[in-house]
Amino acid sequence: MSLALAVGLQALTGVAMLLIISLGLAVIFGMMRVINLAHGEFLMLGGYSAILAVRHGANIWVAMLVVAPLVVGLLGAIVERLVIRRLYGRMVDTMLATWGLSLALIGFVSMIFGNTVGGFSAPLGSVDIGGFYTSAYSLFLVFAAAVMVGAVWLVLRHTPFGLLARGTMQNPEMASALGVATERVYAVTFAAGAALSGLAGGLIAPLSGVVPTMGTAYIAKAFITVITGGAAMLAGTLSASVLLGAVGVLATFLTTPVLGEVVLLAVAIILVRLLPHGITGRFFRRAL
Amino acid sequence: MEIAAAALLAVLAALVLPRVAELFVLINATVFVSMAILALSLALIWGFGGILCFGQTAFFGLGGYAYAVAALNLGDSAYAVPIALAVPALAALALGYFMFYGRISDVYIGAITLTVSLILFNFANSTAGDQWHIGEAPLGGFNGIPSTPQLNVPGDPDATLSPQAIFVVAVLCLAACYVLAKLVLASRFGRIVVAIRENEVRAELLGHDARRYKLGIFTLGGLIGGLAGILFANCVFVSPTMFSLFYSGQVIIWVMVGGVGTLFGPILGAMLLQGLTTWAGTLPGINPNAILGVILMLAVLLLPTGLLPGATALLGRLRRRTAP
Repeated sequence: MSLALAVGLQALTGVAMLLIISLGLAVIFGMMRVINLAHGEFLMLGGYSAILAVRHGANIWVAMLVVAPLVVGLLGAIVERLVIRRLYGRMVDTMLATWGLSLALIGFVSMIFGNTVGGFSAPLGSVDIGGFYTSAYSLFLVFAAAVMVGAVWLVLRHTPFGLLARGTMQNPEMASALGVATERVYAVTFAAGAALSGLAGGLIAPLSGVVPTMGTAYIAKAFITVITGGAAMLAGTLSASVLLGAVGVLATFLTTPVLGEVVLLAVAIILVRLLPHGITGRFFRRAL
Repeated sequence: MEIAAAALLAVLAALVLPRVAELFVLINATVFVSMAILALSLALIWGFGGILCFGQTAFFGLGGYAYAVAALNLGDSAYAVPIALAVPALAALALGYFMFYGRISDVYIGAITLTVSLILFNFANSTAGDQWHIGEAPLGGFNGIPSTPQLNVPGDPDATLSPQAIFVVAVLCLAACYVLAKLVLASRFGRIVVAIRENEVRAELLGHDARRYKLGIFTLGGLIGGLAGILFANCVFVSPTMFSLFYSGQVIIWVMVGGVGTLFGPILGAMLLQGLTTWAGTLPGINPNAILGVILMLAVLLLPTGLLPGATALLGRLRRRTAP
């Protein structure tokens, strides 16, 4: 019983992790159709911002939840202005340009911080659940994932900007004809996606440690999650995270962490084959 | 004409370089040549087939691993090479069947191929320990197979080829692949593949089964990628990094910078950028990734058609200006 509880908790954390690392990409790729291969490096920079802030005496929560998204959001705005803006609608080119950005960021960060693992320990200590000790921070991650999804949903569904953003992504010409400053909407949405990625980087920094190349560990998982999710970006990413996260944790529990990852990716490939338009191509079609 | 020029270039390189270059330079040059073959394989799949394969390293690595395992077990590389060509080709066939007959399109193909190479990378990394072996060949996990055997004279396992000879073999392979690609593209099959890249629906309406042609060019690309892996294994050794995201990214950069839709461009791109990366690696305090990344970004923004087509267009313009 308590073993089942522990595995269930693990699965919940796994799902939350997947959701956290994918949400920023869901906005940038799922909504804007910009294949952002620098997503992993956005996470990495979020992690570094949090570490630097902690080292300079900032409160750990402020560092993770405020500094990380702000820094990466700002970087996102700059990148959008300099690179992405010229490439909207040229999907393959955005992909190549962001791959270049990804390599460049890895290179520059390695030059500045060196190829060593940085990090800070997770706050909150551990809690006792039915004889099992689990880190309270992983419970906090579940909570954070829920808040992040909730916030994105609220903004998209219930604010004027959310409406404009959704309309612009669906039909830029029409939105522009109706007087929407589509360039600004794109810029803000990209920056918001980057900020979400930065927040994710701050949140996972205490668990994974931060190295310049950490992005490569997450990028494929985030992509396959968003792609498996399909067109309705929020419902899709959520359902794909639940499915893939649970499968990954179960497979890890039964075999090894590496094979667990392999099983997760294999299941995702089979899912894409069976549902070429993603989960939301068939289920939850009217969701956001 | 072009084929003759390529052949001449290859013969020249194969004759001259082994006599003048130091061993280290020569081995490095062999690595460059194997990379050029890898770039050529993606040039076929992406530039002419229109299939953006993000995991070309899957075939590169499979070729290397299959070669090392087969050569360690059989002793004679004359048997190992065909096996090492068959494994990646069959893998490409299976993966291509899975994708094209499932009607999976552009971005999803990129994601699936990337994921496959990542799965192989993760898997190869996890094979440390004595329980992981195929026949007499230990897979070695993160360390790979350091004892990857060298090619030998067919039928005589003791007569292994010298690095000079391997360089010559590699250059000849590159030239052969180039000629093969040229011939394939000039054939009926090749022209239909290009037609499908230009407009899949129209090609299908004309009665060509796009899935079959895509599968064909993808499998050929897998085979050539595997050959690159075999040559790479002969001058470095087989390890999981052959599957890594870094290499799969680089191949795409080579093809992109050299010129998508050309054959010679990607070869040039591979040589130039590999040279640049090697040179940048010797600079103190500079990470080669930074330079490579900036180059790729600039290439996409400023030179979207790539180096070779860009240069050709420039030459054409100059010639027209000087002509009376």
